Amino acid sequence: MSAPGRYGQFGGQFLPETLMPAVAELEAAFEAARADEAFQQELDRLLHEWVGRPTPLTDSSRLARLVGLRRVMLKREDLTHTGAHKINSAIGQALLARRMGKQRIVAETGAGQHGVASAAACALLGLECVVYMGTEDMRRQEPNVFRMRLLGAEVRAVEAGSRTLKDAVNEAIRDWVTNVRTTYYLLGSAIGPHPYPAMVREFQSIIGRESRAQWLERVGTLPSVVVACVGGGSNAIGMFSAFLEDPGVRLRGVEAGGLGVESGKHAASIVGGRIGVLHGTRSYVLQDEHGQIRETHSVSAGLDYPGVGPEHAFLHETGRVEYVSRTDAEALEAFGVLSRTEGIIPALEPAHAIADLAHIRLRYGADTDVLVCLSGRGDKDLETVMRAREAM
Amino acid sequence: MSVAVSGALRLERAFARARTERRLAVAVYLTVGYPDRASTGSLLRAALDGGADVLELGVPFSDPLADGTTVQRASEAALRNGVTLADCLSEAAAVVRDRDAPVLFMGYTNPFMRYGFERFATDGAHAGTAGVIVPDMPAEESSELESALGPAGLLRIDLYAPTTPDERLAKLLPNAHGFVYCVSLTGVTGARRALASDVAEFVGRVRRHTALPIVVGFGISSPEHVAALRGTADGVAVGSAAIDVVTSARPERRAAELREFVASLAVAGRP
Repeated sequence: MSAPGRYGQFGGQFLPETLMPAVAELEAAFEAARADEAFQQELDRLLHEWVGRPTPLTDSSRLARLVGLRRVMLKREDLTHTGAHKINSAIGQALLARRMGKQRIVAETGAGQHGVASAAACALLGLECVVYMGTEDMRRQEPNVFRMRLLGAEVRAVEAGSRTLKDAVNEAIRDWVTNVRTTYYLLGSAIGPHPYPAMVREFQSIIGRESRAQWLERVGTLPSVVVACVGGGSNAIGMFSAFLEDPGVRLRGVEAGGLGVESGKHAASIVGGRIGVLHGTRSYVLQDEHGQIRETHSVSAGLDYPGVGPEHAFLHETGRVEYVSRTDAEALEAFGVLSRTEGIIPALEPAHAIADLAHIRLRYGADTDVLVCLSGRGDKDLETVMRAREAM
Repeated sequence: MSVAVSGALRLERAFARARTERRLAVAVYLTVGYPDRASTGSLLRAALDGGADVLELGVPFSDPLADGTTVQRASEAALRNGVTLADCLSEAAAVVRDRDAPVLFMGYTNPFMRYGFERFATDGAHAGTAGVIVPDMPAEESSELESALGPAGLLRIDLYAPTTPDERLAKLLPNAHGFVYCVSLTGVTGARRALASDVAEFVGRVRRHTALPIVVGFGISSPEHVAALRGTADGVAVGSAAIDVVTSARPERRAAELREFVASLAVAGRP
C-alpha cells in the first residue's frame, strides 16, 4: 500500500485509525478549495483587508553595515494582524473549516501566536475555538492567554509531560480523535500528518511569493541567501517554497540552539536529532536512546518543539537547505541589535535568523545580499528578555 | 530455552478455547513498570489467575496521543521508573515461560522504530510473544514493520474505528491476522460509564468482512459492559479500568484486587 504525503522517507500519516477518514476528507476538501476560485478570492480579500497583506520588504542598511553584509532586507511578517506569520495559515484553514461545515475548531499553541491567530480567525468567521496550551507556556506568555480569551476562545491548560507545545499538540489530537465528526484541527506549523505540512506550506507560501517579487522589483536580481528560523518550520517553508527552483539562491534554516547543541538543552531537531515519528509524521525528532521524546529548551517558546516539518527533513537530506543552530545568547543579542539599528523589535524566534547574519558574512563574504524572514514582532517577549538581561 | 509453540499459535488457541466454551475472551492491558517495576510480573500473573486469556503489555511512551489520562499517567510513572522496551521484552519472556500465556505488546511507533523493527521482531519471537498493536501506525504506514514481523512469525494487530468506512474495512480486513481489534468509541482510551450506543452496529459492519475473532476495546470498564457485548463480540480488551483498580488499591492488595476485577469480567463473559 502506498503512503500519501511523503517527502522522500519523511512525512506520512502516523495516526490512530479513528482519524484516517478525517485526514482523507481534509485532503479532498483542501484540494477542492485550492481549485475553487471563489475560495481563493475570499482568502485573498481577507489577507488584504484583514491581515494587512502584502507586507513590506524593509531595506535594513544600518543592520547590514553592522554585520558587514552588502544588503539585508527583512520580510515584515511582524506587521501582519496579530503580529506574526501564523495568521496566514490560521485564516486559510479557518475558511477551509467553514467550507467543510465544521463549526468547532481546536488548536494548539506554544508561544501563543498561533493560538491568538486562530482565535482571531474564528472570531471573524463565527467559529467556536478551543486552544490547548501547556501550563509552562501559559506562565511564560500570559498576555497571549488573555488575548485569546478576549477574542472569545476557550484556553485549556495542559498539565501533562513537559507542559509545553508538544503536550499541547497531544491534547489537541486527543480532542480531535474524540470530536472528529464535528471538529476541525487547526494545526499551526508545517508538522503533523499529511496533508497538514502541504497545507500549511501552501497557506504560508504567500511569504515567499511576495518576497521574491518584491526583491526582483527593487533589486533586479535575486538574493544570494535567504534565511529563516525553524521550529516546526512554517514561516521557513513558506519563505523557501518560492526559491527552491532558483539554484543560485542559498537557503538557510536556523534552529534553536538553546544553551548549545552540545549541552543537550536545545530544540534543534535537524542539527541535533534523529529520524523518528512524532505527532503523525516521520522526521527528525529529539529523542533519547529508547525512542522517548526529549524535553527541549529554547528561550523562544515558538521554537521550543522536539520535531520539525517533514519537508525540512527532506530538504536537509537533499542538501537544498542548510540547517544551522543559534543559541539563546546569540538570539538575545540579535534581539537588541535589530531594535537599536532598525527600530524594529523582533520576536525571539526570528531573532535566531538575525543572529545568523554574522555567520553568513563569515561563510559567504561581504558581497552577499540576504533576505531574512522576520516572522513576528517582539511584544510578547519583552518580559522574557528583561528577565534574561537581569540574569546576565 | 527454545519456545516450542509460537506466540501467534498461543493466541489462536486462546480464542478457540473461548469460542468452544461459548464465552468472551478477555484481554487485559497493563503498562509495564506501573506502579513500579517489581510489581509488573505479579500483576500480569494476577490477571491470568483472574481468567485473562490474553495479556497486552503496554510499552510506555512519552507522548501517548491515543490514550486518556489513566494510561498517560501510568506511562509517565513507568518512564520515571526507567522502563524500556528491553524491559518489556524480559517481562513478556518471563510470563510466557511461566504461564504459556499469549502475550502482545501495545505501544507507539517511535520506541519500536528506535529499537529497530527487525531486532524487535527477533527478540519478540524469542520471548514467545504473539505480536504488536501500534495505535499510531495505520495500515498505510505499516509495511516496514510488517516486513520485519512476518519472517519472525509475529502479528501486527490492526485497530478499526467506528469512523472507518465500509470501503476501507473491505480493503484492509482481508489482510488482518490473529484477531480484529475494534475501537468501541470515537475517542481515546479510558474508563467510561456507558458503552457507545453504536458498538453492535459497528461490530456488525466489521463482521461482514472477516471470519477472525473480534475484540472490542477502549472504554470497556465493567462486568456490565462485558455482559452487554456477549453475542456481539468474541472478546473484550480492558486496560484503563484495570489500571484504575491497581491505582486505587492499597499496595499489598493490588494483585488480589486486580485478580478479582478480571474474574468479574471473565464471569460476565460466560453464558
